[in-house]
Amino acid sequence: MSGADDILLKVDNVSLSFGGVRAITDVSFDIRKGEIRAIIGPNGAGKTSMLNVINGFYHPQNGSISFHGQTRARMKPYEAASQGIARTFQNVALFKGMSTLDNILAGRALKMKSSFFWQMFRHGPALAEEIEHRKFCEEIIDFLEIEHIRKAPVGTLPYGLQKRVELGRALAMEPTLLLLDEPMAGMNLEEKQDMSRFIIDVNQHFGTTIALIEHDIGVVMDLSDRIVVLEYGHKIADGNPEEVKSDQKVIDAYLGVAH
Amino acid sequence: MFYREVGQFKTSYAADQAIFPIRQDRIGLALILAVAFIGIPLVGGEFMIASVMIPFLVLALAAIGLNILIGYTGLISLGTGAFMGVGAYACYKLSTLFPQVNIIVWIIASGLVSCAVGVLFGLPSLRIKGFYLAIATLAAQFFLQWCFVRVGWLYNNNPSGAIEVPLHTLFGIPITGATAKPLTRYYVVLAIVVVMTWFASNLVHGRIGRNWMAVRDMDIAAQLMGIRLLPAKLLAFAVSSFYAGVAGALMVFLWLGAAEPEAFNINESFVLLFMVIIGGLGSLIGAFLGAALIHILPIIVRTTPGALGLSIGSATAEHLTYIITGGLILFFLIVEPHGLARLWQIAKQKLRVWPFPY
Amino acid sequence: MGLLYQIFIDPFMQMGQAPDLLVQTLWEGLVGGVLYALIALGFVLIFKASGVFNFAQGIMMVFAALTLVGLYEKGVPAPLALLLAIGVMYLLALGVERVVLRPLVNQPDIMLFMATFGLTYILIGAGQLVFGGDPKEMPVTALGLPKGAIDLKILGGLVSLQKIDIAAAIIASIMVAGLAVFFQKTRIGRALRAVADDHQAALSVGISLNQIWVIVWFTAGIVALATGIMWGARSDVSFALQVISLKALPVLILGGFTSVPGAIVGGLIIGIGEKLGEFYWGPLVGGGIESWLAYAIALAFLLFKPEGLFGEKIIERI
Repeated sequence: MSGADDILLKVDNVSLSFGGVRAITDVSFDIRKGEIRAIIGPNGAGKTSMLNVINGFYHPQNGSISFHGQTRARMKPYEAASQGIARTFQNVALFKGMSTLDNILAGRALKMKSSFFWQMFRHGPALAEEIEHRKFCEEIIDFLEIEHIRKAPVGTLPYGLQKRVELGRALAMEPTLLLLDEPMAGMNLEEKQDMSRFIIDVNQHFGTTIALIEHDIGVVMDLSDRIVVLEYGHKIADGNPEEVKSDQKVIDAYLGVAH
Repeated sequence: MFYREVGQFKTSYAADQAIFPIRQDRIGLALILAVAFIGIPLVGGEFMIASVMIPFLVLALAAIGLNILIGYTGLISLGTGAFMGVGAYACYKLSTLFPQVNIIVWIIASGLVSCAVGVLFGLPSLRIKGFYLAIATLAAQFFLQWCFVRVGWLYNNNPSGAIEVPLHTLFGIPITGATAKPLTRYYVVLAIVVVMTWFASNLVHGRIGRNWMAVRDMDIAAQLMGIRLLPAKLLAFAVSSFYAGVAGALMVFLWLGAAEPEAFNINESFVLLFMVIIGGLGSLIGAFLGAALIHILPIIVRTTPGALGLSIGSATAEHLTYIITGGLILFFLIVEPHGLARLWQIAKQKLRVWPFPY
Repeated sequence: MGLLYQIFIDPFMQMGQAPDLLVQTLWEGLVGGVLYALIALGFVLIFKASGVFNFAQGIMMVFAALTLVGLYEKGVPAPLALLLAIGVMYLLALGVERVVLRPLVNQPDIMLFMATFGLTYILIGAGQLVFGGDPKEMPVTALGLPKGAIDLKILGGLVSLQKIDIAAAIIASIMVAGLAVFFQKTRIGRALRAVADDHQAALSVGISLNQIWVIVWFTAGIVALATGIMWGARSDVSFALQVISLKALPVLILGGFTSVPGAIVGGLIIGIGEKLGEFYWGPLVGGGIESWLAYAIALAFLLFKPEGLFGEKIIERI
């Protein structure tokens, strides 16, 4: 059984509106340490907005978020990052002007400390730090099997590989909580299998807690420990895959019935 | 086949992270430095050194600064000319107030003054993006130019409104003023430019450069990775203005020998912008290539007709230069938006496979 | 203490002591504002309809005016010269569409912006080459525009209103009203707005991009010609006007880049603010602050309202 100290992130009665549009209404759920939590629902349900709130990019009008037991109503994106929350995006948000390696190295930004002065000279502490972080990133590149494209400008890569690089960049932050926004969108079966493998490995190997938005229900049911279902900004179900799959509200709103 | 990297294996991350990992690049760099330090002084005449090389180096330095701002960080500045002016006037005031201190010290210090002013005008840049930022820099341009004219203290209340550079020496050799020889001035400028280019190269290849490019490409994602936008952008402004300031001081003290406020007007800002665009955004080589092209172009336009036996007035030559510059900008934007630097990369690529087509 | 008095009290006392001077200054500011608004209008037109910030708008204005005056000086009667100038602007629009816009279709806006830089330089060089760099006089009466002034004896003094300025204000108002209707009510206006939003999407619904662009740049060319005539009537036509056109940028900041009424309001605010500032506060710092006051006003505005008075608030979606 899990106790209260097992909870990594707690969303409490969060409501978010943009002008007159209510994106999220009074949603509460929690994410336990080390689990894979899926957030599913039809388009427009508020899933990406929810991730944005957790990230500190949007500020909810009501409610609060607790991370590692610390509650805060407003958090800046920089603070979320430094506390260990990393993220991938629905529309791949890679730095198109840089190579794969540079993108992943950029993910180490928070861990790099050498001063401006040493950066001017490069040789010395700055270079030693570069190499140390390069080693770390190479492990991620190894893990994600993208060695062959490490020097390629990411703008030239196919969509599936770009998503993998984005995952690598998020992993470079050594996050405690990893938010994945539709990581399998636009992928074929093989790519989905690879990506699922990576997600499971990240969760089991590094112990990273994962919150996952995904439309492929098969993937969701296979990967996740627990699921939250949103519809029009409201939470309509919350539980493990079996419970959610047979929940009538969810079937009506989203899953449908096999004919 | 000249540029093949085959056989050059890197056995350590250190070797792979080097700025010039390919041997041919290192040889090329050594050649360029040799030409610059030895070749040109041997072969070039006074005109070449004083009117071509020194201005080229000074403008390239300012272009590097501007490239850091626009090419690497994605911020627009239309006020570089004025910031060069800040450096120039700062150097003038510092050197006339404390003439006993070495002029090189004051040149670097005036870069710092320009840096501070740049940060001041860069502060509003954080709430505003894109074209709006261009306005802030335009405001800086016009305001600073107004200061150069109205604030008499800046030019020691000289009735002509201009500043003139007195004699300064380095190790006993005159490097500014009427007695300084072009060759001496050339070496001083070359040394400063080489060192500062080295610094710039180190910066953009490391963490700071990556942060800048992240801000340029996807600032939202950059924020969510922990890169703070405000410090990164301000740093870009600071470094860029520093380079512009030093370039301005060099321009007045080691190139022109004198200056009026008009030397730092909006046209100067545009010319630097064109150098950066044509040379290639986000590329230090591009700054040099762009500066070379834009600076040499008027000279070519002026002298070619004479060489061909036609004669055109100097005013016509100037007008033609405008047209050709504009045409070149259009040409590059259509054909190769990444500028001369990309063309240079493509050329290297061709060298890789020559004599095969692909 | 004395400084505070000089900044905050004295100018207003001066305004009260000589209200006729105040009205005169306000009028000058208004007229300047109308002319800035016209330049800004050209920018708004092209930006609203193609998403391109046309840096060359100022030089187009000078070029158009120079063409008119140049033809007139060669002996062409003024009305005919006017028609020919319009024709030249049409040819220019065709040329720009063919040489600049078509090869750069769907490129990022920043590239198109830089392309207009290139266009500016070409036009500066070509203009100087063909017409020479000396200032030229605009044939005001030949074009049917009034000369002279109306002097009003009011408020204990004299306020002099140049007739040409009144004409400028009227013509500007007519153009603005016409353009506003054009954008909102007509089919072509809608198509223009579609193109501004998304080139590819507009193409996919069958809007002919090339035609639209020619129309847009031609219209902007007409606005440029009208503006050039008005400006030229007040102070001769020369390439210095091109730098003045940069003043339109603060106007666009205030009014937003896509708003026709915004260009007007912004223009008036900048024009009046600038004149009042220069006349009453300028002497405190040695004068000449007109060169940058407009930008300072715009900057101050930006800090509080980054999207301008009428502009669209940009919401970033990720």
